[in-house]
Amino acid sequence: METLTQFLAMGGYAAFVWPALAIAAGVMTGLLIQSLRFLRAREKELAKLGGDNDARRGSRS
Amino acid sequence: MHRFANPARFLRISAVILPWAVGLAALFIATGLYFALFASPPDYQQGESVRIMYVHVPSAWMASFVYGGLALTSAIALVWKHPLAHVAAKAMSPIGACFTFMALATGSLWGKPMWGTWWVWDARLTSVLILFFLYLGHMALLNAFEDSSRGERAAAVLALVGAINLPIIHWSVEWWNTLHQPASIFRMGGPTIDSAMLIPLFLMALGYTAYFVVVLILRMRGELLARKIRVIRMARVTGAEHLSASRATS
Repeated sequence: METLTQFLAMGGYAAFVWPALAIAAGVMTGLLIQSLRFLRAREKELAKLGGDNDARRGSRS
Repeated sequence: MHRFANPARFLRISAVILPWAVGLAALFIATGLYFALFASPPDYQQGESVRIMYVHVPSAWMASFVYGGLALTSAIALVWKHPLAHVAAKAMSPIGACFTFMALATGSLWGKPMWGTWWVWDARLTSVLILFFLYLGHMALLNAFEDSSRGERAAAVLALVGAINLPIIHWSVEWWNTLHQPASIFRMGGPTIDSAMLIPLFLMALGYTAYFVVVLILRMRGELLARKIRVIRMARVTGAEHLSASRATS
């Protein structure tokens, strides 16, 4: 337990180390989700239009 | 080169690459984080705050690297008029903007305890901020015209002109007296930092690169579908017009 608190304290730099990691993780996850959503939305839109051959092929992988 | 411009071929190749890139990104980032947080020593001057470097430095590398890709695809798009090159360029600028934002934000969080300030207008920080605005400008120009092909050309020109910023970013720490430290890895005479710190840096850089490939493929696929949708809609509109015109004449 003590080693965990020591680890989380980051030698007194916890207020800088953890937000830095959180920002990096947040930005990367956000971009990934936004890109996936955009792709899924286009696949649905194309399927509605009827010309969905490529969309199906794309989403299977 | 033209062979890769074929969307069907791109979809085939990218379908093979995508699962590998996903696996490699997860693997490298997980092991990189393990080394960055547990298996590397604190710096003798920076203490534990050096761990910020393992997310900061690779983001900064990616910020420049992605811009290199953006400039290259923009050049190909302008010279050879590859449709796929425009698709790639459009997919790249949001990714580059994200990496640049990460570099700026994490650098700021490191600068506060180490330099005593969140921000200074030194040459390195300012040139990276300009890089961020170049990415935003590229994204804005793409959507600034009614005719999307005009926007694409304008954005490609901006991306090419902005490439002058890349050598400025790289050598800013030598050309000017900056608060930002000079290069310690990509320099003449080899790296000056210990392998215990190089390992997490390179693992994270590889992980970021694989992540970039994943997001690039996803965004390019989305954009290709968006274009296909536009073409189908256009064809329906003109087809309907044609139909009603022929009805009117008969």
